[in-house]
Amino acid sequence: MKKLSLIFFLSVLLSIPVYAGSDGQLSLSEKNKPEEVKDCFENVNRGIFAFNQALDATIFEPIAKGYRFIPSPIRSGTSNALSNLSNLVSVPNNLLQGDIENAGINSIRFAINSTIGILGIFDPAAAMGFEKKDKEDYGQTLGTWGVGPGCYLVLPILGPSTTRDAVGSIANLVGGDPWFNVTVANDTNYFNESDYYATRITNGVDFRAKNIESFDNLEENSIDFYASIRSLYLQDRQQKILNSQTITDTMDDSDWEEIETD
Amino acid sequence: MSLRKNLLSFSIFFIIIFLSSKTVFSVEPDKFIQNIVDKASAVLKNDHPKEYKIEKLKSIAMDSVDIRGIGLYTLGSHRKKLSDDQKKKYNDLFRDYFLKSFSSRLSDYTDPKINVISQEKLNEKYTIVSSILVATEKTPEVKIDWRVYTKNPEKPLIRDLIIEGLSLARTQKEEFNSVIQSNNGNINALFINLENFINN
Repeated sequence: MKKLSLIFFLSVLLSIPVYAGSDGQLSLSEKNKPEEVKDCFENVNRGIFAFNQALDATIFEPIAKGYRFIPSPIRSGTSNALSNLSNLVSVPNNLLQGDIENAGINSIRFAINSTIGILGIFDPAAAMGFEKKDKEDYGQTLGTWGVGPGCYLVLPILGPSTTRDAVGSIANLVGGDPWFNVTVANDTNYFNESDYYATRITNGVDFRAKNIESFDNLEENSIDFYASIRSLYLQDRQQKILNSQTITDTMDDSDWEEIETD
Repeated sequence: MSLRKNLLSFSIFFIIIFLSSKTVFSVEPDKFIQNIVDKASAVLKNDHPKEYKIEKLKSIAMDSVDIRGIGLYTLGSHRKKLSDDQKKKYNDLFRDYFLKSFSSRLSDYTDPKINVISQEKLNEKYTIVSSILVATEKTPEVKIDWRVYTKNPEKPLIRDLIIEGLSLARTQKEEFNSVIQSNNGNINALFINLENFINN
């Protein structure tokens, strides 16, 4: 039971990309107002945020800095392999969002890169004309279905989320993530639990290593770092849920229109 | 008759000069941005001390960024509650805050290469210029969009940077709002925070 609880807890946390999170308003009609997402548990969130920062400073950032000493081609290959694995969650979410075209492209990419691309280390699919697509998760799918974000949350270790995205992540544990299914949920002769956790942890370290300067810079220049991260996280999710490549689709111009200067 | 003819000729001449001057001096937002990033890049890649670079970057920002406009935007609805004295104090504080923050963020870069790729006119007042920060050994390629205020087409000004879809102005606005809200709507708390940042 204790193990199950631990698995549940870690899986919920680890299935959410670090700082990648969830939008503000999910209905398209109110798409430009991420600031309206309520921070219902702000005091608790700020406490967990401080804890995460301390953990980051003592563990994650040093590991991420060390990770950078690994030669670039190896890091790049690792990043590709992890990205390839994420197709296993993106494809069902493409389908749930009615995006048949990207479901097909992601499936083909996974098949090509897992075989010819040697477990996803290389990306021959892109050279064949199947360009990489944005990742999709169950939180995004709920968003596109019109489910509101609920409250903003800061989760221990992994950071920002919303109640909707935390709930969406549970789908990964009940059959929604094939990688979880073959490593943790079912006994197979090929994989074991540690494979799953190793990929999730490496994913986090890879992300952190790519963003060392960005986070340092943001922290140094913020008067309320917590609020900055919250804003960036909600903007990021908003954009991901809208699946928009056009920046003007995700911007709210109403407030700018009032600003007149000479 | 001759006088009328002269007047007519003069009027036509004046109109032509006026129209052509508008054409000549109107600055295309994409060229405006490319010019600024080239200037900033030239400053960053030289071997001068960091302090010198910071001063140069501040000078570029003062000439090309609508700092006052961004400051008003970042205050959100709170800007309507300010007295004239508070507004003046805020404008001064925000300018100093912005310049310090902006130059500090940029001065760590060495020779960034930004290529402008396209522009989209939203309306008479705004154009979005899209650009790419070229990838390096350490950092991936980054998409940067610039909100350019074009109310005066002869003097366009930058109002926002949108990095990979994340608006810096909106982030700043929500950060300031958080500081004010955490202090029961007291705008002076924001002023104190800005002063602390500027003086540190």
